[in-house]
Amino acid sequence: MTIAAEKPDFLFDTADWDFETLQHTLDAIEEIALKDLELDIYPNQIEIISSEQMLDAYSSHGMPLMYRHWSFGKHFARDQMMYQKGYTGLAYEIVINSNPCIAYLMEENTMTMQALVMAHASFGHNHFFKNNYLFRQWTDADGILSYLDFAKKYIARCEDEYGLEEVESILDAAHALMDQGVFRYNRPPRLSEADKMAKLAARAKHEELTFNDIWRTLPNSEEDDDEKEERQLEVRNIKLPEENLLYFIEKASPILRPWQRELVRIVRNVAQYFYPQKQTKVMNEGCATFVHHYIMNELYNQGRIGEGAIMEFLHSHSSVVFQPDFDDPRYSGINPYALGFAMMEDLRRICETPTQEDAEWFPEIAGFGDWRAVLKDAWANFRDESFLLQYLSPKVMRDFRLFAIADDSAESHVEVAAIHDDRGFRRVREKLSSMYDLGMHDPNIQVIAADLSGDRALKLRHDVHNGRTLSEKTKEAVLTHIEELWGYEVELTEEDV
Amino acid sequence: MTLSHFIDRRKNPKGKSLGNRQRFLRRAKAQIKEAVNKSLRDRSLKEINKGEKISIPSKSTAEPRFRLDSEAGEREMVHPGNKEFSQGDKIKKPPKGGGKGKGKKASTDGDSEDAFQFTLTQDEFLDIFFEDLELPNLVKRSLKEIKSYAYKRAGITVAGAPTNMNLIRTMRNAHGRRLALRRPSTKEMNALKERLFELERIAQPDEGQIAEIKDIIDQLEKMEKRRRWAPFIDPLDVRYNAYEPTPVETTAAVMFCLMDVSGSMGEREKDLAKRFYMLLYLFLKRRYERVEVVFIRHTHHAEEVDEETFFYSRQSGGTVVSTALEKMLEVQKDRFPSHEWNIYVAQASDGFTQSGDAKACVELLETAVMPISQYYAYIEILDERELEVFSSEDSGAELWRAYRSFAPAWPNFAQTRIARPQDIFPVFRELFAKNKREAA
Repeated sequence: MTIAAEKPDFLFDTADWDFETLQHTLDAIEEIALKDLELDIYPNQIEIISSEQMLDAYSSHGMPLMYRHWSFGKHFARDQMMYQKGYTGLAYEIVINSNPCIAYLMEENTMTMQALVMAHASFGHNHFFKNNYLFRQWTDADGILSYLDFAKKYIARCEDEYGLEEVESILDAAHALMDQGVFRYNRPPRLSEADKMAKLAARAKHEELTFNDIWRTLPNSEEDDDEKEERQLEVRNIKLPEENLLYFIEKASPILRPWQRELVRIVRNVAQYFYPQKQTKVMNEGCATFVHHYIMNELYNQGRIGEGAIMEFLHSHSSVVFQPDFDDPRYSGINPYALGFAMMEDLRRICETPTQEDAEWFPEIAGFGDWRAVLKDAWANFRDESFLLQYLSPKVMRDFRLFAIADDSAESHVEVAAIHDDRGFRRVREKLSSMYDLGMHDPNIQVIAADLSGDRALKLRHDVHNGRTLSEKTKEAVLTHIEELWGYEVELTEEDV
Repeated sequence: MTLSHFIDRRKNPKGKSLGNRQRFLRRAKAQIKEAVNKSLRDRSLKEINKGEKISIPSKSTAEPRFRLDSEAGEREMVHPGNKEFSQGDKIKKPPKGGGKGKGKKASTDGDSEDAFQFTLTQDEFLDIFFEDLELPNLVKRSLKEIKSYAYKRAGITVAGAPTNMNLIRTMRNAHGRRLALRRPSTKEMNALKERLFELERIAQPDEGQIAEIKDIIDQLEKMEKRRRWAPFIDPLDVRYNAYEPTPVETTAAVMFCLMDVSGSMGEREKDLAKRFYMLLYLFLKRRYERVEVVFIRHTHHAEEVDEETFFYSRQSGGTVVSTALEKMLEVQKDRFPSHEWNIYVAQASDGFTQSGDAKACVELLETAVMPISQYYAYIEILDERELEVFSSEDSGAELWRAYRSFAPAWPNFAQTRIARPQDIFPVFRELFAKNKREAA
């Protein structure tokens, strides 16, 4: 065919992929990502997996390693059935905030999809993980995999020694408090280098013992006096109120044994590791979607991929950023891909071709020109809440036709508080931003008192905003779990603030 | 490109989450078991042997977290897709409880729990299903029965099939032989060759060097010879893993399934009986590899049939129950001598037989069948209306009453009744419960 004869040097022209094509394509993508967009990334480790392995990864928070727990088995069973019955598809990729940055690609993807996914995960997400302040501050990309490896082995050993049930009851209880097991505002007292080094040393020692002497590998069942003193010193240094319930319980619980404290600590560390991801969904996906969109179009402009590939890409891309309206049966909240992508594109537009309105709203970047720098600054220094508050423009609000609803449970009506008009832009923006403030979503529960030398009762307080009390459905069950960890009376009060 | 590399993980072992699944099944065991039993009631004959989608109350495996009450206090939300609202519009809230779902019916019991649905594999399903069941009185060990063999490792031999070659032994022998026979190593020879090339590259070698070249060539030749004489691997070195067939002690057991397919049994009754036997058959297949099953069906005459015919064919006629017992005894004498086999019998019938035949049955049982049987289960299939009539243990159809009179003398005789599909499983459990003896 004539078209074939004059075929330019496409990176690929069939749906099938092989490793050589992947490598060429990756090289081409990498060139655009590093030279044009000037992204700053961790080295990439791209793993090809089957759909079953994808399901495996799904069920354990997307991590390649995870300790064993029935809840992961439950999620797997559900995901597997949903997938096999065709109710849901699988993600095209999973990417892990680690160094090197591990991305999983499904073997079923077509070559175009693999290119999209590599641009999305291995460059977009990768750049975000490496540069966003929350990830830099709170997560340890270098250490997470070895930490999980340690956690998995440690828990397996505890199961051998103390029995599945014993381990399970601690993990169940700790899982119930995961949302209250993170430091939101304050850095933990000593989760600095020193602590990490001490932990690493302890782990190395632990492994050494494992290797040498089978009888000393068992996780300690009793703590010695030094450890106890150190722990109690740490407890005395905790200033109440304390927002991190798991941290407080791990340190101060009167009944936990050392290995049980370690289990609580593992759950707490996992929760903390994932906390930045929960706070940056819109930005993270927006960044990755913007990057893959830019790179794929650039590849097309350079003549490296053909019409067929770009059409297939646009089809997937537009379903990823599809936002159903509130009255659509498919509606289930705002799609972070859609909002994030729209905002990133909008920032570029404001830099390049601002309108009068943009000049009023964003004087510091309107017409600034260098959109790459503006975007990268945003990616590095904001989370969803602050990003929306800073950069959500009237244009995006108009495009999404956003409106705010005020819902007071005492009333029989809800009221439209603001819509996308001049009067309402600021209110809509403020409300949307507060929807991404996890502090408003997750109940704010703090330890206010623990009488460690007296009756050992633990007093918790829920700070109630706008009359939103705790749901009775789960409250008692969670409290029972806390009592298991604490061993003595636990009292929870709810107070309006 | 230094920043990126690919890894192909597709060949990695699957089922990484198997441990998690086992933990989950263990956790929800009670609920799963209930769901399995429930689902079995509604299954058709052919579906019994399959995996199953089951749902269990999600409460049993709930993972509670603190949540804000969605129906308390004030909140503001932002939604996309405004079409007609302006600021200050009031919208009536949907009525509580029902309104939200689009076209979904409100559940009848109001505060229903979400069910958690997932699929059990066939193995998991049957394992859970047949847990705690076994054949009672499985004791007689056959002395003659050594038909089954298992292959066991039996050391090393010098002859065998290539697939059984023991590489480690073979290479170790070869290595020892090469050392003993001083086979020159490739490394030594390469060193000499290199020296030789070096010397040969010298344009005008002196005498010493010429002598050395000659010497090396000599040496190399000798070495080559020696290597041919002492090969790397010699047939002498080769060893094979040896396997020996060892007789395995088996407990020989045979289950006779006697089913009434006469005209008095309606479609429903036949289906019940077949379901019962299907369960029995699956149970035996799964738990006892070496159990023989003999299928006998009868109308006014009895015949031995294969599994397919037994479960799926339709046939009808009059009823003479004793023919089935006679047939069973005939097969037993012919193929399953009682001193070698554990003999089990399960009989299903609607209890109606030609007048006088019940007496013949009892006689046959007392004199011939019971003395050789480990366990005899009689299942009477009833009409649902009949169940009410025969609510007492003592009243029943002809056969039931006849059996009832002689049963007390035989502890290994059991009789029970099934009227509805949901009775099958409890009855089955009752008949084959592991600790039946103690319970009784």
